Amino acid sequence: MTDIATRPTHAVAPTGNRRRRPGGGGPRVGTVAAFVTPFFLPFLLFYLVPVGYALWQSFRVVRRSGGQYGTSYTAFGGFEQYGQVFQNTEFWSSIGRIGLFGIVQVPVMLFVALVIALLLDTPLLRAKGFFRIVAFMPYAVPGVIAAIMWSYLYSPQLSPVVDLLDGIGLHPDFLGPGAVLWSAANVSTWLWTGYNMLIMFSALQSIPQELYEAAKLDGASNWVIAWRVKVPIIAPSIVLTTVFSIIGTLQLYAEPAVLRQISSNISSTFTPNMLAYTVASGNNYQQAAAISVVIAVITFVLSFGFMRLTSKKAGL
Amino acid sequence: MSKPSVMRESRAGRTAATALMLLLAVYFLLPVYFLVVASTKPQGDLAATNGLLFSHFDLFDNLHTLFTRSDGIFGRWALNTVLYAVLGAAVGTLISALCGYALAKFRFRGREFLFSVILGGVLVPTTALALPLFLLFSATGLVNTYLAVFLPSIVSPFGVYLARIFADAAVPQELLESARLDGAGEFRTFFSVAFRLMTPALVTIFLFQFVAIWNNFFLPMVMLQKESLFPITLGLYEWNGQTARAPLLQQSIITGSLVSVLPVIVVFVLLQRFWRSGLAAGSLK
Repeated sequence: MTDIATRPTHAVAPTGNRRRRPGGGGPRVGTVAAFVTPFFLPFLLFYLVPVGYALWQSFRVVRRSGGQYGTSYTAFGGFEQYGQVFQNTEFWSSIGRIGLFGIVQVPVMLFVALVIALLLDTPLLRAKGFFRIVAFMPYAVPGVIAAIMWSYLYSPQLSPVVDLLDGIGLHPDFLGPGAVLWSAANVSTWLWTGYNMLIMFSALQSIPQELYEAAKLDGASNWVIAWRVKVPIIAPSIVLTTVFSIIGTLQLYAEPAVLRQISSNISSTFTPNMLAYTVASGNNYQQAAAISVVIAVITFVLSFGFMRLTSKKAGL
Repeated sequence: MSKPSVMRESRAGRTAATALMLLLAVYFLLPVYFLVVASTKPQGDLAATNGLLFSHFDLFDNLHTLFTRSDGIFGRWALNTVLYAVLGAAVGTLISALCGYALAKFRFRGREFLFSVILGGVLVPTTALALPLFLLFSATGLVNTYLAVFLPSIVSPFGVYLARIFADAAVPQELLESARLDGAGEFRTFFSVAFRLMTPALVTIFLFQFVAIWNNFFLPMVMLQKESLFPITLGLYEWNGQTARAPLLQQSIITGSLVSVLPVIVVFVLLQRFWRSGLAAGSLK
């Protein structure tokens, strides 16, 4: 490090061939390409091309020449696939299910995350490092494994939780038709609360302490400071975590897929993504592509819509 | 407001805050604790004994069964996971760093356009890519190979975004200028000057990408049929689907979950500070 630190003295000395603009750092095209291509080429091939391909596919249909047993070929079908998506009742019920899931799970999770972040930012609590790590730890667990862990806690044969609740006269059926959606929601909450908490906590930590000093001298309680001063300041982080959560909810796949292995109350079309996969497994790739595009569009509209709505409310 | 009332409020507040956090800690720890307890039990005790209490200590037997089942397929899955998630994240971090550094430090035509295209990629959900990728890969014969999972995994637009922010913040332009004037080429300048300054940031990028790959279940599920290519998540998922026919698998699923999750938790806890810097930067948007 020391040799780097001493170099600026060299820089003042005039040197022979100075091809670049001073201070600008405008290297040749070849150099830029050499830095950018190792990322951009795979990005092009494995991100942009599949997106384009899915779009293209969603406008194709399979036709048969010469009746039902004739050879099949694909042709341009306009919005035919999209028409089918919107007429598919399974599509709408998967959207309804995930909508209900999101409207309940996302606010609950973010509220808990916010409360933890605020508590970790007050002098009220001891062993803050411990609590922070404990809340964040589930982020290290992949969705599939988290769902497997929880499915043991839901299972009527193995679960100590069910045993405990049986003992006090409650007989929960975590995998029943009404409850299984919320059992999946609980897995998501367990997984992501700590991650969202850490985003909010990082934002809280970057608020300068002087901002509270005045409020404290006026005798404002920790409670008032938290809700009236801190929460408005970290509002952008809360918006960000909400957008992340909306995106995540619409992509839901692994957790319900695992619970489906032990509960007959989850169908193969439980979430939009499960529907897309099921349709693709039936070799109807064009229809699956149209479903994926519709999910992506809904995701964009909801996340941008939410950002617009909140920035308008804040008068920005 | 008088001082004593503030004191009283904070004492009651302290108790309430601690009680609430303890309750939440129980919630977060419960599944992991259950996993630890269950993985020490013989299969028969799983249903027969209280799930929260230790019974007969059989952990080493369980580990032996886990690693010898189906010719040691679990060990294979663990190695595959390291290949996909650790090597994938390492390669991904390097290419993100090069690109993010170029976006931060070079002035070239189309720079902002390129950056917006990459930022747009952050919003594309990876599950939406898996099915079209499957079709493209089956046309090229890549389906059911290591590359089918590895290649898409190295791409992280969010990594480039973080690398650009970090390169802007951590690498002073003057240092680069002086290295260049000393006659170092751009790549030497990057690896000898910028890379070292960016190292903490690169750890953060690596961690994010590792989690993304470790968590991405949909891609391997779509791409792979051969069990020998599975990552741990897909393998355990397959086993979990067989427990109705082979209930003895339960014990191996539990032990396997513990074995795969514990090392990652430990690494996470040790590297905690890198998460916070990354999450703070990510929320600057």
